[in-house]
Amino acid sequence: MKASGHVTGEEKGRIMLFALSTCVWCRKTRALLDQLGVAYEYVYVDVLAGAERDRVLAEMARWNPQESFPTLVIDDERAILGFKEGEIREALG
Amino acid sequence: MAGVTPLDAQAVEILHQRLKREADSSGYYLNPDHEFARELVRGLLVNEHRYGYWACPCRLAAGDRARDLDIICPCDYRDADIGEFGACYCALYVSQEVANGRKQATAVPERRPALPSGTKAEKTVASKPWGALPLPVWRCKVCGYLCGRERPPDVCPICKAKKERFERFI
Repeated sequence: MKASGHVTGEEKGRIMLFALSTCVWCRKTRALLDQLGVAYEYVYVDVLAGAERDRVLAEMARWNPQESFPTLVIDDERAILGFKEGEIREALG
Repeated sequence: MAGVTPLDAQAVEILHQRLKREADSSGYYLNPDHEFARELVRGLLVNEHRYGYWACPCRLAAGDRARDLDIICPCDYRDADIGEFGACYCALYVSQEVANGRKQATAVPERRPALPSGTKAEKTVASKPWGALPLPVWRCKVCGYLCGRERPPDVCPICKAKKERFERFI
């Protein structure tokens, strides 16, 4: 399982998805982003280890101190926590 | 998951069937969306391979059994979330209404405290609220099953949680 990647698509700002590779809600979120056809970055935190995991978690904690997944950060301005289909569609649709 | 875990569809299917059987016989319901449930079961098997136990597929495990104890499936929060939201956090387990298709399972907010319960000081047992009992009462933190005996059972007869998930209740 690749720990992180970039999906090409329509540029709708800087979209970063913090996810777990085993989480079905994270998978649904990725499927929705793919369906919306937007460009985004993703990282599977459970696949990371050591300092790299700590660094990514620290970045994610700025938006979601509870460290729950999925956490979708848009333009370094706002975050959508959990698979909230309506909110994601509204923000990126 | 190729190259990471030797999981095949058959192993997922077998565990899914087993969990469904156990749920059916003890008053719980697995998510009726079989594809969805199977993906979660696959996550459990991935985590078993990684950590040696069924850490919740939708939570980040620490990889340390004592710290992750409360999120080993079925987690300590399952019953409360099913009662309030119709599904547990990952939605592997759902309420009867959701199981029967009368309601849709949705994402559930995280109710796990920031500090995992395993790291907190053990709760003090109320001092004999009902007078001297002949035996201590043990409570299963997963399903709430209570029993009066010298030691907790090895496995909860209701939800199959292991002995380590019991707390002294009275």
